[in-house]
Amino acid sequence: MSPDGENKMGKTSILRRVVLAGATVLAATSFGTGAWAQKTKLTVYTALENEQLEPFKKAFEADNPTIEIAWVRDSTGVVTAKLIAEKDNPRADVIWGLAASSVGLFAGMGMIEPYTPAGAAALKPMFKSGKNPEIWVGMDAFLAVVCFNNAEAAKGKKAKPASWADLTKPEYKDSIVMPNPASSGTGYLTIAGWLTIMGEDAGWKFMDALHQNVAQYLHSGSAPCVQAAKGERLIGIGFDMRGATEKTKGAPIDLIVPKEGLGWEMEATAIVKGTKNLEAAKKLADWASSLKANELYGKYYAIVANPAVKSMPANYPPDGEKMMAKMDVEWMAKNRARILAEWTKRYDGKSAPKAK
Amino acid sequence: MSLAVLTPKIGLRISLSRDDLMMRGALVALVVMLLLIVGLPLWALLAKGFEDSDGKFVGLANYVSYFSTPALVNSALNSLHVSAVCTLIVVPISFLYAYALTRTVLPMRWLFQGVALIPIFAPSLLPGLALIYLFGNQGFFKALLDGGSIYGFDGMVIAQVFYCFPHATMILVTALATADARLYEAADALGASKLRVFFTVTLPGAKYGLISAALVVFTMVMTDFGIAKVIAGNFNVLATDVYKQVIGQQNFSMGAVVGMVLLAPAALAFVVDRLVQRKQVALLTARAVPLIPRPKPGRDAFFTIFCTIVCLWILTILGMAAWGSLIKYWPYNLSLTFANYEFGNFDSNGWGSYFNSLWMAAGAAIVGTAIMFVGAWLNEKTKGFGLVRGLVQLLAFLPMAVPGLVLGLGYIFFFNAPNNPLNFLYATMAILVINTVAHFYTVGHLTATTALKQIDPEFESVSASLKVPIWKTFGRVTVPICLPAILDIAIYLFVNAMTTVSSVIFLYAPDTKLASVAAVNIEEAGATAAAAALCLVIVVTSAAVKALHLLVDRFLLGRLQAWRRR
Repeated sequence: MSPDGENKMGKTSILRRVVLAGATVLAATSFGTGAWAQKTKLTVYTALENEQLEPFKKAFEADNPTIEIAWVRDSTGVVTAKLIAEKDNPRADVIWGLAASSVGLFAGMGMIEPYTPAGAAALKPMFKSGKNPEIWVGMDAFLAVVCFNNAEAAKGKKAKPASWADLTKPEYKDSIVMPNPASSGTGYLTIAGWLTIMGEDAGWKFMDALHQNVAQYLHSGSAPCVQAAKGERLIGIGFDMRGATEKTKGAPIDLIVPKEGLGWEMEATAIVKGTKNLEAAKKLADWASSLKANELYGKYYAIVANPAVKSMPANYPPDGEKMMAKMDVEWMAKNRARILAEWTKRYDGKSAPKAK
Repeated sequence: MSLAVLTPKIGLRISLSRDDLMMRGALVALVVMLLLIVGLPLWALLAKGFEDSDGKFVGLANYVSYFSTPALVNSALNSLHVSAVCTLIVVPISFLYAYALTRTVLPMRWLFQGVALIPIFAPSLLPGLALIYLFGNQGFFKALLDGGSIYGFDGMVIAQVFYCFPHATMILVTALATADARLYEAADALGASKLRVFFTVTLPGAKYGLISAALVVFTMVMTDFGIAKVIAGNFNVLATDVYKQVIGQQNFSMGAVVGMVLLAPAALAFVVDRLVQRKQVALLTARAVPLIPRPKPGRDAFFTIFCTIVCLWILTILGMAAWGSLIKYWPYNLSLTFANYEFGNFDSNGWGSYFNSLWMAAGAAIVGTAIMFVGAWLNEKTKGFGLVRGLVQLLAFLPMAVPGLVLGLGYIFFFNAPNNPLNFLYATMAILVINTVAHFYTVGHLTATTALKQIDPEFESVSASLKVPIWKTFGRVTVPICLPAILDIAIYLFVNAMTTVSSVIFLYAPDTKLASVAAVNIEEAGATAAAAALCLVIVVTSAAVKALHLLVDRFLLGRLQAWRRR
């Protein structure tokens, strides 16, 4: 063989090897995906807690043996961002267990297939979008409560707060954590709750006072109660369910529902427009609004959509439901940018020097 | 002019450039590939900075509104501040450490080599968790802080130094590993002082590595979000600003604006690199004699102590995480349990995500190393073609400066577009592999380039004059000489693929969830100990792979690298 021929061969063979290596990995890895032909595979996007995924999937599949659920689960912010980014070529069939405000956002972008599930009539009106057909149907509500660490309070001889106003007392200086509303949906519903209960002027005044006691604004809605549970902070304002499960695991905390009332959010179910499995998606939406499903939600949450389900999982505050503020979801969505800008101006920009 | 005069000239040019033409072709292919995996996905997101939320073009309106908020200036200054401080701490420590590993005689050198890499094996969650166990409000050594708090600037610097140390050390080891003993002999014979030798021989030789290491550390600190999220407290940085916009508010336009601001250091890095490169001279000429460090008790003792201190510090952080992973309920029930390792109780994928990570990491290591090394070689050895080579260099530098979540979202927009013929890749393991290779392209490319720069271009000239095709020189000379660097790149990709979170968090499908993502989710759900446990499993896996690498290095490479010894 001439040197030239060899030259060419060698060159291409190096390249070919690179390409082949790539192709092999591609082939090897893509086997994992499309092999199941028998069952309808529903891709379900969710922000449900990890421990809920398996029981929810099993219960639904037991009643619908021809359908299989494949979860894509992450925190509310990540799942919401992912769904919006995939808007032009949706990958999800159903959203099951994501904040209703996120689903409302999707509806505004034309991403939701309206459908009124079979069991919807039986649900509390608050837990429905109110449109016909429904855009989304609620499952359960979660509250932004106060998680209070009794063990640390005993060490520092701190009194237990009973109201939001109590949290502004000087004895709690630098001992409160709450989610940053610019990073966390729970954070936003917390401050929207205050603005709703107290009105805008008093609400901002309250936050000015609270800011003196806040040690840190965290980037997640679960983290504050987790930090309170682990004694990292005395008080965490955050997602109730997380606080209840930490208490069950042995954390010396109490969940307090402040007497002024509190902000809340619900998790909802909706069908993604453009799904290739519309029939199966409808079956899941039907099941998700059924009494059976609501009983399942009731194992984890104190407040669920179906009024027939009276549930009180361990360590939830008993009076949460009646203290829920009258939240105007539309107002919350419309004023979000303005409120966050104001919040950031007041607290985020000047909070840095405190860190040192 | 007659044709007869012209013909030989043309003939000469063709015979000279047969190799060149092929290399240029391959280089163009490389540029296309880099555009597909880096350039276009990034643009898919960054272009949103010029649109409003409905996708209408609004010019610079988003930039104007962002630059008019005081929070930006604050975050930008904080980012610059923390990045500069970390760079000034990490680069000298890494240089001394790399110097100890390559130029002195250390007892149990392999151990020091291995321990230095531990931070790279760990998800960025780990130093954050360990620091909270150590110095948090319930931490063991909280008293040492004297009333201060680990949440904020100080905690962030400690965690970032831990996290960036191996990255810088890896580059500097490569830079210091090859030296021409004759230069030192000459300096010795001329009676130059040790200090003078250091400043006139050692330092200039490692200049390229030093600058690369500084650029890498600076941009890593600038863009990392994982550590900032856990430990930075109210110390706002640009990376947390991106998170707030993208994850907190789903405001992709503003996220894109901040992402674009973050690209500034990358642009700067690119310019600096171009300037330095022009002056770089190959250290390892064809006549070079490899430098073998000889024992020198005083110096060796100093560096042994120095390395021991660094290692103890690394092992304390790791050990704290290990102990934390066994605790039942921190800090109220300190009894020990293995229950935190039953990941099925904390994440529905259980151990499945761990095996996904293994596959993904192996794929990224194999595919990525081949592309990065061949790519760097093409870019170094192709003659002329400056514009395309500059483009390669630019695209190779970009990923370093891009926050993972900007790249991840860009991948959704680009690879999931209905009209993209590549959209079959979306939601497969392949996209995770591609994304990881793209995300870590810079350090692999820099390592390969640093290694290649130390080889005398004379090898190619001699080959050419002997009519040996360049690919043969590549296979018989370049690859064997660079094999240590090639294996380093493969390991680097493997371990980073095991720990990467910020970009792949947007890209995994139901059956391709990764362990690193699972660890973050577990931590968010409050199961700190289980998150530490999963981080530790990742560390042990990567350490095992690295140990295998060291064995291969010792027994297999011993033969290929024999020429380095006299």
